[in-house]
Amino acid sequence: MPLLHRPDDTPAHRLPPQVKIVAALAAVLCVVSTPRERFWAFGLYLALLSAVWVIARIPPRWIATRALIEVPFVVLALALPFVAGGPRVEVLGVAVSEPGALAGWNILAKGTLGVLVSLTLAATTSPRDLIVGLHRLRVPTMVITIATLMLRYLEVIADEAKRMRTARICRGHDPRFLWQVGATARGIGTLFVRSYERGERVHLAMVSRGWTGAMPDSGRTPTSRTTWAAGLAPAALAAVVLGAALWP
Amino acid sequence: MTTPVAMHMSDGLVNSPTALLFIGIAAVGVAVAAAKARADLDDRTAPMAGLVAAFVFATQMINFPVLPGVSGHLLGGALAAILVGPWVGALCVSIVLVVQALVFADGGLTALGANVTNMALIGTVAGFLVAVALRRFAARGKSALVAVAFIAALVNTVAAALGFVLEFAIGGDAAFSLGGVAATVVGVHVLIGVGEGIITALTVAAVAAVRPDLVYLLRGTQRPLELRERSAA
Repeated sequence: MPLLHRPDDTPAHRLPPQVKIVAALAAVLCVVSTPRERFWAFGLYLALLSAVWVIARIPPRWIATRALIEVPFVVLALALPFVAGGPRVEVLGVAVSEPGALAGWNILAKGTLGVLVSLTLAATTSPRDLIVGLHRLRVPTMVITIATLMLRYLEVIADEAKRMRTARICRGHDPRFLWQVGATARGIGTLFVRSYERGERVHLAMVSRGWTGAMPDSGRTPTSRTTWAAGLAPAALAAVVLGAALWP
Repeated sequence: MTTPVAMHMSDGLVNSPTALLFIGIAAVGVAVAAAKARADLDDRTAPMAGLVAAFVFATQMINFPVLPGVSGHLLGGALAAILVGPWVGALCVSIVLVVQALVFADGGLTALGANVTNMALIGTVAGFLVAVALRRFAARGKSALVAVAFIAALVNTVAAALGFVLEFAIGGDAAFSLGGVAATVVGVHVLIGVGEGIITALTVAAVAAVRPDLVYLLRGTQRPLELRERSAA
């Protein structure tokens, strides 16, 4: 998986990670709570996000290519108007199911906005900072430590897997069907044994450096209210849009 | 290399009260798994679980062919449960899902609770329960272990799909017949589960051949060493 972080030094990048995580979650909750017939609300959410992209100096093209991760859900959304039941309406001369079209729109709009928010969060915050943000949001220390070590060793394990794949191909391995998959599976087994044994070595190395079962606290600097207010401003605007959309 | 596509539920598939409900359920489940994992691994928990989580993450990057042009990858829930136990397994898969959502934008933020509940909690526990129920059979030999791992991975995948059906029944779009959604989702996941089962079974067999002591499912089933005295000839 490609790393999504775009190192930069903009106000959006400088915000503390915990503020950004809360803001992203709140914004997506607003999007998901919006009644699907309020089409204009989704346009406003997109405009809000575009403003954040301008501040964070993220080119729309960068976002657009990475939003392709949503393709399976787009396919689902486009299929729904044709397969769902209910009253039919004519769109461009084709009869489609009205509830199906609305449901497809619902999944398409909310899912896409959700991915765009996630991409914005990942682009402006380094993986390490995201974990720090979770820690400051009171996620248990052990979960944080595991996540930190996972991120740190992910590249090592993934590279190991790549080298094993290269070695297999050098020996003439060319599986094309599921029933030829034995060698790949044996490779995964070997990868597990190597990962586990590396874990044992990492543990011993940590113990010899004074590991007692918890990472030393890196010290928390309290986040000021103005920072929270600035970071949550886009989410607050999204909440205003939601309020207007829920207005009868 | 094809474009990576989302495997996990996106935002908007279920409404926000349901999303919040399952975020709560997932938080409780992960807390329980973390407490039990600590009992399994003590002060080794963090490094071991960290490396196992990195392994689960890395295996999801390894594509294997299904048909020419179509490739899939392992989800790894049942594999982790059989190799490192249900608690460490569920904890590792949960952390993988959280990092995928935050760092790699895979899976919606509001759907994170539902994704963790389905894949890390329901799937892992269901797969492991099946494996435990068949544990005595699995200890009989290599082919029995392979069969048990296959069934556990299949059940894991289908149970995770049933979790989605449950969430959709609570907070999904009322425009669809639940039966149709259930049939489609479960049908697709039976196919995925067969592939998952084959890979899981072969992988478990490979680990059991090299380091049977690392297979959590086989713990306590090793036959004691038998000393045979040869009578002096």
